[in-house]
Amino acid sequence: MKSFLKIFSILIFLGCSLNFYSSAAEKVEYLKTDWSFKGLFGKFDRGSLQRGYQVYTEVCASCHSMKYLSYRNLAEDGGPEFSVAEAKAIAASFDVTDGPNADGEMFIRPAKLSDKFVMPYENIKAAQAANGGAYPPDMSVLVKARGGGVDYIYSLLQGYEEAPSGITLDDGVYYNKYMYGNNIKMSAPLSDDLIEYGDGTKATVEQMSKDVTTFLMWAAEPHLESRHRMGFKAIVYLIILTILVYFSMKKIWSRVESEV
Amino acid sequence: MSDNEYIPKSKVGKWFNDRLPLLTLANHLTDYPTPKNLNYWWTFGGILTFCLITQIITGLTLAMHYIAHADMAFESVEHIMRDVNYGWLIRYIHANGASMFFLAVYIHIFRSLFYGSYKSPREIIWIIGIIIYLLMMAAAFMGYVLPWGQMSFWGATVITNLFSAIPLVGEGIVTWLWGGYSVDNPTLTRFFTLHYLIPFLILGLVVLHIWALHVPGNNNPVGIDIKKPSKDTVPFHPYIVIKDGFALLMFMIVFAFFVFYSPNILGHADNYIEANPMVTPAHIVPEWYLLPFYAILRSVPDKLLGVIAMLSAILILAVLPWLDTSKIRSAVFRPLYKQFYWILVADVLILGYMGAMPAEGLYLLIARVATAYYFLHFLVVLPLLGFKEKTLPVPLSITEPVLGGMANLATAKQNESIDKIK
Repeated sequence: MKSFLKIFSILIFLGCSLNFYSSAAEKVEYLKTDWSFKGLFGKFDRGSLQRGYQVYTEVCASCHSMKYLSYRNLAEDGGPEFSVAEAKAIAASFDVTDGPNADGEMFIRPAKLSDKFVMPYENIKAAQAANGGAYPPDMSVLVKARGGGVDYIYSLLQGYEEAPSGITLDDGVYYNKYMYGNNIKMSAPLSDDLIEYGDGTKATVEQMSKDVTTFLMWAAEPHLESRHRMGFKAIVYLIILTILVYFSMKKIWSRVESEV
Repeated sequence: MSDNEYIPKSKVGKWFNDRLPLLTLANHLTDYPTPKNLNYWWTFGGILTFCLITQIITGLTLAMHYIAHADMAFESVEHIMRDVNYGWLIRYIHANGASMFFLAVYIHIFRSLFYGSYKSPREIIWIIGIIIYLLMMAAAFMGYVLPWGQMSFWGATVITNLFSAIPLVGEGIVTWLWGGYSVDNPTLTRFFTLHYLIPFLILGLVVLHIWALHVPGNNNPVGIDIKKPSKDTVPFHPYIVIKDGFALLMFMIVFAFFVFYSPNILGHADNYIEANPMVTPAHIVPEWYLLPFYAILRSVPDKLLGVIAMLSAILILAVLPWLDTSKIRSAVFRPLYKQFYWILVADVLILGYMGAMPAEGLYLLIARVATAYYFLHFLVVLPLLGFKEKTLPVPLSITEPVLGGMANLATAKQNESIDKIK
């Protein structure tokens, strides 16, 4: 028995059980779909990201901010990859307050690539006041901030139902079978053909859910693609180096009567 | 030690070495006679050194971009993840590096428990190791607070509140630790300072740990004293260097999978929500590596006694060399101890699992039984085993085969001492 193989398999076993343990807490069965960004070579679906941005900006953005993203991100590699001109045009459709200018006055100007996404509300209090006391969470890292990740968001968007008999809901509270505690203060945000996709894709609730979730995944992990690329190279490199070192080790230890 | 005879070949080397014997030290480190039968469980010392250095280098880099302020910490972490060149890589290595560090240290500690490496004459190495482990937990806990997410904030609140269990002065101590009346900016800045300091304390202790190791030399799977240097040993370089290197590379493959493909799996999702003193998370759980102790803390109904139990669970390890009365080091020759060893491993894993579950019903009951057994192992089983256990014959040296029956000197001695006690 090669003892290093034993240890290596124990390491992998421990690694997997850590993985398993961390996901074991999730008991809810979420809706499943194929995410293009999962796996060793996972990449974002460019079209889905662009459509997802459209859903975000036309639906979600009226309540949810995305304060850690800038308009320049929309044109960066590994993202929706709008052209720089398109990203500039998107930015210019928003107004930001800048200043003070030479006269000491604040002024309003169109947003530039370097500006952060314009927030729908001035501050959290204003957001709460406009939404019946509930704060629509910032969406920059939302998929990483929820236990079920992308599957949870994807399911939640499609999880609105009539409340089962016997459950009475307060005013402004909706029933969602994937929400923690089933009560959600956001009304069903999507309905079929709510928006018209620029690329002609049919805007079903399922399609929009998938697109906007993909977009949110990118927003939370803008370097996911380069991480996957680098990870594959790094691991292949490590494996080759490990094999080489193994044979050097065998050679060196052959001088003494002992097993390695 | 035979190092004293070392004389550098070059004149400059000799001149320098007479004034500062760095070359003698280097010579000692490369020639250091190491038992040739060390198995792969012994490679985790080197792996841990790698982990510490990785944490220090990535930590220094993160500190260049991180802002230790309650209003800006969360945002600065997002800045690192998005806009700093390879910031995501550095941060994911640092965050997962902490988990890898603990994975390696637990293997290292349990290796020591199995092969009796803590026993005479290696008690000081062991105790320094326990201090390092305590500092690691402190550093990891404070590091987890720095991103200022929900788990950071509430974890810090729960852990610092433990001090309020101290009679009379408890509340005062907590206020003093916080630098205010709740976890807030002063808490964050001091945690950042200490998080920066502790790794260098650990580094110093690691030097002492290795120094203390180099006095008696390594224990080995057979657990017997060996002559150094002899047929039983090989020089550290190249034999152990290449073997440690090989093991380290395998460890790095596992590490890389976490960093590149599951970077957030070991963290809690709530820590991507910015700290909010007004909203308490549904479950406040520490990082996985602290869970067994968290389970012990919660299994005692009284707060003060719970804190005492949790601290004792760690500190009891420091007196382990005196609790274990057996003269035989390696579990290979201790059939009964070997069984109790694996029960302890299972017990700690169960405690870890219970630490992640809500403290109620069956979970709480199991956690209580497991906690009781943990202390039973160290306070009752180990002291008694040394007297009751019938050990197997121990070989005289690594190269010599086991001699049959009582012809073996070490076993003969062991039985003699058992007879005396009887």
